[in-house]
Order: sequence, then C-alpha cells, then structure tokens
Amino acid sequence: MTELDITILFAGVVAGATPIVFAALGETITEKAGLINLSLDGSILLSAMAAFAIAFETNNVLAGFIGGALVGALMSLIVAVFSIFLGQNQVAVGFVLTLMGRDLAYFIGNPYSRIQGPQVTPLSLPLLDKIPFLGEVFFHHNLPVYFSLLLIFLCWWYLYRTPYGLKLRSVGEHPRASYARGISPEKLQLFYAVCGGLLVGLAGATFSLATKPGWGRPQGAEGTGWIALALVIFGGWNPARAAIGAYLFSFLQVIGIYLQGWLPSVPAQVFQVAPFPLMIFTLLILSIAQKESVQIWAEGKAHVKALLNMFSGMAPSALGKPYRPD
Amino acid sequence: METPLTNRFEYLTRQSRSFLVTVVAVFIFTSLVLLVAGAPPLAAYYHIFKGSLGSWLKFAHVIKAWIPLTLCACGLLFTFRIGLWNIGIEGQVMMGAIFSTAVLRLGLESQMPTTIIYLSIVAGLIGGSLWALIAGFLKTKGGVNEIFAGLGLNFVAQGIILWLIFGPWKRPGVASMSGTEVFPPQLWLSQLASLRLSFSALAMVFISLILTALILRYTKIGLNLKAIGSNPSAAYLFGLKTGWNMVIAMVFAGGFAGIAGSLQVTGVYHRLLPAISSNYGYLALLVAMLSNYNVWLAPLVALFFACLNVGSIQLPMVLQLDSSLSGVIQGALVLATLGIHGWRKRWTQDSGQRTEDR
Repeated sequence: MTELDITILFAGVVAGATPIVFAALGETITEKAGLINLSLDGSILLSAMAAFAIAFETNNVLAGFIGGALVGALMSLIVAVFSIFLGQNQVAVGFVLTLMGRDLAYFIGNPYSRIQGPQVTPLSLPLLDKIPFLGEVFFHHNLPVYFSLLLIFLCWWYLYRTPYGLKLRSVGEHPRASYARGISPEKLQLFYAVCGGLLVGLAGATFSLATKPGWGRPQGAEGTGWIALALVIFGGWNPARAAIGAYLFSFLQVIGIYLQGWLPSVPAQVFQVAPFPLMIFTLLILSIAQKESVQIWAEGKAHVKALLNMFSGMAPSALGKPYRPD
Repeated sequence: METPLTNRFEYLTRQSRSFLVTVVAVFIFTSLVLLVAGAPPLAAYYHIFKGSLGSWLKFAHVIKAWIPLTLCACGLLFTFRIGLWNIGIEGQVMMGAIFSTAVLRLGLESQMPTTIIYLSIVAGLIGGSLWALIAGFLKTKGGVNEIFAGLGLNFVAQGIILWLIFGPWKRPGVASMSGTEVFPPQLWLSQLASLRLSFSALAMVFISLILTALILRYTKIGLNLKAIGSNPSAAYLFGLKTGWNMVIAMVFAGGFAGIAGSLQVTGVYHRLLPAISSNYGYLALLVAMLSNYNVWLAPLVALFFACLNVGSIQLPMVLQLDSSLSGVIQGALVLATLGIHGWRKRWTQDSGQRTEDR
C-alpha cells in the first residue's frame, strides 16, 4: 500500500508537468500567430534525443538544452516555410514530421540508448523553499521547473499586455488587416513558429535531461506531443489556461500511479491509455459547451453560465489558413 | 502554337525532372543521416535492397507488408477525398484484428474452418468500421477534430489489445507480449507453402483496389465525397449532407483497415499480438500522400514502402543500426515531394506562366 503524502504528490505533479507546460506554451504561441505545428510528438522526441546526445558528448547539460531547443525550432520552421512559402498543407507537413521526427530520433539515438548520461542537478531556491507546503511543492526542484513557472506568466503578459503580443494576435486573427497596418504576416508567423518551436524543443530536452533522464526506444515521452496539442484547445488558446491544463494532466498521471498501487486488480494498460479517452471526452465537452443551443439554454442560469465560460475560447480565426499576398 | 501533344510531353518531362530532384534530395539527406549515425551509407542501401528483393522468400515478405499497406491506402482515399485526416486508421486496423480474433477463438474450427475464416474477415471489416464510426460521429456530431478523436482511439485500441492479451485471452500459463495462443492450422488463411503467401489475401487487395477506383469514380457516393472535399460551402448550398458523407467515408476507410487487421491475424501471425497493426495505418497515410491520392499509384508507392520496411529489418543485424531508417526515408520522400511541388507551383506563378498540372 502506497502512503499518500500530499506534499510529495503535488511536488511530483509540478515536476512532471514541466515539459508539457513548455510544449503547450510553445504551441499556443505558434497557433496564436495562425500556424498549426502538428509535428509536436515527433519534435519532442527528436529534441529529447538531440539534447541527451549533445549533453552526453559535451558533458554539458546547458549545451544539451540549447541543442534540443534548436532542433525543436528547426522542425517548427520547416512547417512554417512549407506552409508560408511553398503553399503546402500545414497538417500534412506536420504529420509527416511527426512520424519522421520519431524515426529519426530512434535511428540516430540508437547508440545512446540506455546509457548513463548527465542530467539536471536539483537546486532548491533559497528562502522561497522555506515557505510551508508551497516551498516544498514549487521550489524544491531544478532550474527548468522554475523557468517553466516564470514562462507561464511571461507568455501571458507578452500576448495580452505588450504591443508585440497584440501584433502577434492580429496576425492570427486577421492577417490581411494586419498587413494593411504595415505588419508583415509572413515574417511574424515565421518568427513565432521559431519561438514556439524553441519551447517545444525545450520540452524535449527537459524530458531527456530532467523528467525522465536518459534516452531509449521508447523514451517515455511518446504521446505527450498530442496531449500538448489538445491542451492548447483545452486552454482556449490562452497560455495560462493551457498551463493549468498541463498541471491537471500531470495530476491525473501521478494519481494514476497511486491508483495502480491501490487497485492491483485493474490492469495497468487501463491507466496507460486513460489520458487519451479523457482527452477526447474533454474536447467533446468543450465543443458542446460552445454550441449555440447550449449557450441559449444556459442564459439566465448564473452558475451554468459561469461554468460554460470556463470552457469558452475561440481558435484564432486565421488558424491554419496562411496569408496569401495579392 | 502549342499542340496538346507537346503540352503533354512538356508535362511529363517536368514531372520526371521533379521526380529526379526528389530522389536525389532524399538520397543526399538519408546519406547524411547515415553518416551522422556513423554508418556507411552505401552498405546500408545495399542491405535494404538485398533484404527486400534479394530472394523470392524476401519478396514474399515484402508482399506480406504490401497487403495491409495497400488496403489501408484504399480506405484512406475515401477519407482524403472528402478532406478528412483519418489518423485513427491505425486503431481501425487493430479493431479489425480484435474482432477477427474473437470469431476465430469461438472454437468452431472442427466443423467448417473455411467459413469461420471468412466470417472472421467480415467481423474484422465490421470492427474497423465501428471504430471509424465512433471517430466519424465524434467529428460530425461532437465537433471533435478527427485527428484528435482518431489518435485517442488508436491508443484506446492498443490498450484493449494489451488488456485482452494479458487478461481474458492470455495464454495458458504465462501471459506475454508475444500475444495470444496460436490458432489451430485449420484457421490459417490458406497459403502457398513455399512462400507462405496467401492468394486469397492478394485477391482481396486487387478487388479492393478495383472497388475503390469504381466507387470513387463512377458512383454518386464518390462524386459527393469529391464535391464536399473540394468545395464544402458550394456542396452545402447544393444540398449535400456534409456530416453524413463524412461518416460514410469514415466507414469505408474503417472497413478496409479492418480487413487489413483481420488478414494480419488469419494470414500472417495466426494470433493477436500487441504490434498487430505494425504502424501500417500511419504509413498508409504517407502512401496516400506520396501517390497524390491516386488509386493506381498508391499500390506502387505501397510496394516501394514495403520494400524499405522489410529491407531495413536487416539493418540491426548486419550494421547494428535501428530499423527506423525506413521511416526516415519514407518521411523524407513525402516531404521532398511536397516541397518540390510547392516550389514548382510558386516558381511558375512568379514567372507568370500558366500551370498545366492540377
């Protein structure tokens, strides 16, 4: 019987959510600018492999993180270039990259599987870690975790409180109008594809250097890219809400491990695949909550209305439809 | 003055030039990847070639991979035609395999084995269609994007297979990843002993190809799918039911995928195992894309992909490389084709020429 320690549980949730937070934030930024980077699952694996291999060869964790982030940026850049300059379907290119990224990671990473390599050293934040409960949960981790916490706020602030964020969103909502205002939609989309890709790469690096240290086939990060893509929808294209989704998901994962200990009769496979029907179910609820008939029905029912508002959030209008100059 | 003949000739030379550029680009890219992995590129290509076309027995293995790949590609032509991304095809293959296994495990082989085998294939068809139907309804009624619905259902199907193998259908004694107990030989799809290839499976693939071509080209269903896929708003104004036709396309795709899963069970492995779908569903998506959604090109592309898959199985043994090189080559091919297609279109637009191809 596993004892349930609330502090350890929540600390585990925060640590486990870190790469998913990075990926969800990165994809939110890219999609906010109107570009879908469907390659997340493959990108995360490829950057995880690259990060581990580079960190192993140079014996430098920071080099691993930088390498991983650059690989993620490159994958995202490919989607952007194919879409913006070559007029190809973003979903098609992203899907091919998903498969190819995974295979490339397994192929090149083969010599690095199942070997000991460098990983991020734990670092408690002085003073902050003395706060009862919160200190244990949030400030007894490592630098990537703290960076992810900071980044949630930064992304939100950048998107909604700076003129740059306004331009970013305008490109995703109405590229033609932003072009008329003197903004180049193509350049901005390209730029934010790279920015988002860097974060996706960071997610991969965090997997192989901190969350699930090491490389192998399978690494253990398989499938998280798709979860991150679904979290962007769950968050209604708001980075803060996407991050909350990442923590919820991580919470369910950790709870799943405990449940497995408590309910040995339930096959382990059920817990392994449980996130995915849950993902479908959540997307279904989101879509139903936004239906007009449901909105009308909720009119005048304050509590229901408040609940529905939690699920509201529209995709950027020009998402997946690249701007074509006349 | 241009005659249609010179036009056609120009079109063909342009096509073959793009093809050549694609092949060279992929060749350079793959060789670079091999060099990064510290492997001799030419030796790797040689082993892939020898491992797939080196002997009749090896070629029989290629055909065994070609069968499910082509069946899945047939199904995907329906969903692509209406503009759906049926990523759930992988799970539809698995469901076909599960339903098929369920029939084969009834223990009725003593009376009429052949009937049971064909019944199991029908069950596979139904299983795949049902799984596709769920994704279709989630898309049309629930507003869940078919990519997420399909992908989630793939994981669920995989979970069900694992649960069955380790639970209700486990081998007497120890349950293991090697799958359920092997069926009695009466329940194996009849096959040519020397090559272990089944002619009925091959026949089914050819019938599927012809059916797909006929339905897409000459029936009202095919026309509707194309109309909605190429111009949804016009089709809607014309009175075509988008949702209903999407569900039909999904059911067709699931049906073909289900047969593929069923044949994997009765014709190849003679049992249910975790990797029963072998990623053929995902790979078939690439096949459909690379063949430009053409029903006659798809089996050729599938054959080439099957060669790569089977040939690269040699790599871990001979060169200590991971067999996923085939996936790298396949992905690079599709990406290069998309890129060059886009580049050509852009170039012809920029220079103000009229494009002759679709």
